[in-house]
Amino acid sequence: MVNQTAQSSMNWSRINRGLIYAVLLTAALFYLLPLVVMVLTSFKTMDDIRSGNLISWPTEFVFDAWSKAWSSACTGIRCEGVEGYFWNSVQIVVPAVLISTFLGALNGYVFTKWKFRGSELFFGLLLFGCFIPFQVVLLPMAQTLGLLGLANTTAGLVFVHIVYGMAFTTLFFRNFYINIPGELVKAAQLDGAGFFTIFWRILLPISGPIIVVTIIWQTTQIWNDFLFGVVYGSGDTQPITVALNNLVNTSTGVKEYNVHMAAAIIAGLPTLLVYVLAGKYFVRGLTAGSVKG
Amino acid sequence: MGAHDRPEATAKAKGGLAWLERWLPKMVLAPTFVMMLVFIYGYIIWTAVLSMTNSRFLPSYDFVGLLQFEKLFENDRWLVACTNLGIFGGLFILVCLALGVTLAILLDQKIRQEGAIRTVYLYPMALSFIVTGTAWKWMLNPGLGLEKVVRDLGFESFSFDWIVDPDMAIYTLVIAAVWQSSGFVMAMFLAGLRGIDNSIIQAAQIDGATLPKIYRRIILPSLRPVFFSAFIILSHIAIKSFDLVAAMTGGGPGYSTDLPATFMYAHSFTRSQIGLGAASAMLMLGGVLAILIPYLYSELRGSRNG
Repeated sequence: MVNQTAQSSMNWSRINRGLIYAVLLTAALFYLLPLVVMVLTSFKTMDDIRSGNLISWPTEFVFDAWSKAWSSACTGIRCEGVEGYFWNSVQIVVPAVLISTFLGALNGYVFTKWKFRGSELFFGLLLFGCFIPFQVVLLPMAQTLGLLGLANTTAGLVFVHIVYGMAFTTLFFRNFYINIPGELVKAAQLDGAGFFTIFWRILLPISGPIIVVTIIWQTTQIWNDFLFGVVYGSGDTQPITVALNNLVNTSTGVKEYNVHMAAAIIAGLPTLLVYVLAGKYFVRGLTAGSVKG
Repeated sequence: MGAHDRPEATAKAKGGLAWLERWLPKMVLAPTFVMMLVFIYGYIIWTAVLSMTNSRFLPSYDFVGLLQFEKLFENDRWLVACTNLGIFGGLFILVCLALGVTLAILLDQKIRQEGAIRTVYLYPMALSFIVTGTAWKWMLNPGLGLEKVVRDLGFESFSFDWIVDPDMAIYTLVIAAVWQSSGFVMAMFLAGLRGIDNSIIQAAQIDGATLPKIYRRIILPSLRPVFFSAFIILSHIAIKSFDLVAAMTGGGPGYSTDLPATFMYAHSFTRSQIGLGAASAMLMLGGVLAILIPYLYSELRGSRNG
């Protein structure tokens, strides 16, 4: 009797585990499918695309679509590929990420180690900046950038990303520094260390993990941005997301799907690389940002 | 030497330093403070002001009261955008939560290769909506996309042309958005599951509770905070959704897949209706606040109790 029950429950658990794996693997296919399709399509010729289907293997791997996407595909009226826009995005991301991360570190330091009356309220007000739908600041910012002569410039986009990234970077560093004992700062003060000495010598050296998280978060956010890019960039200064969208949605004549897919992969590659190389920190950044974002 | 000779000067210098030390933290925060006041709160007020003017191609400051808001609610395109947000947001949140919690529970059953599977589930989150929208637009292409795959399998009459069907196109946005974000929801739930105290579950097992019962009675209820956070994040993503629509449907066919975010962009920057655009932006802010304030309220109250 006992044996029989044990036996049947064993069978059940085996079936159950089989089911669990089946569901998990089906889901994995669902998540992988678009990437597989993108890669396969980017290596096909247009004839191959028309005669085969999404998941058919390319009859021959050709790189034409890639070189065309990079250097000669038409985005709107210009036919120079996405190369220039790729570098635009790099030029926007690098300074915007570095500056917003540094300011976030300083802010987080003050908010945790040099609290003053009203600083908590200030932090709460700043946090609100993580939540606002950016549509509510688009129009005034467009006016301001125009007044400052920054409309349609890379500097203008860098500025916008610093301004609206700061709430997040401050949040990250504040949540990290709050767990670092205040005694450390007090002891350094007794030894005569000043405000900046404490920051440079004590807090920054132990901030490695949170700096990595913040940089990854900001890099993916700014690289992937489309709204600010499409509103405040134009022509030469557009980031790659906008160029990709123009390539895919305004091309006249024959739609070259292989070129579209190659361009999409190029636009996604940097953040995909970040994810592969620093997946652990990427997830931590997502969840840290998600607490209030 | 110098300092020893004139003690009062040292004291004065020290006083100056102390003053500096006291004010330095505030001075460091000052730029952020000013930026916050101007670029967040100032701009919100500025947009609110614009929403009450008859600004068209250029901002003007002729006040018309709430006229733009009245126009908005008589505007068919805005009503479609709001309905779409309801359909899109509702389905997107529901499916993401269901899929996220299911996959997390399954993945929590001591699965081999868990790390690899998690990686696969989560990578879409690293990509921009423009990239994923481009990919999905291609896969949903009637004629060459998934439709053709199924037809090649022998189902000649299979048809899947939702993306060009005004009644169905909004659902294709849901598919792509779920693909993009559900892995992240899964990760949140997985983290929540890993945080549950094992001894409670073991105690229940000793008491003879079955696994489904343990999940229903103990584990799912303790994941409530994760449900709330995920809901907030997902609704935030839904209200802001702009790039996905731009990449996949451009709001079309017609304006059947317009969302408030695309409505706002179209009227503010291509249709020269700045006043109307500002009014729609204010209503979007209102939508976010309506979700956020109750959440923050309960969070703050919770932390005060705890």
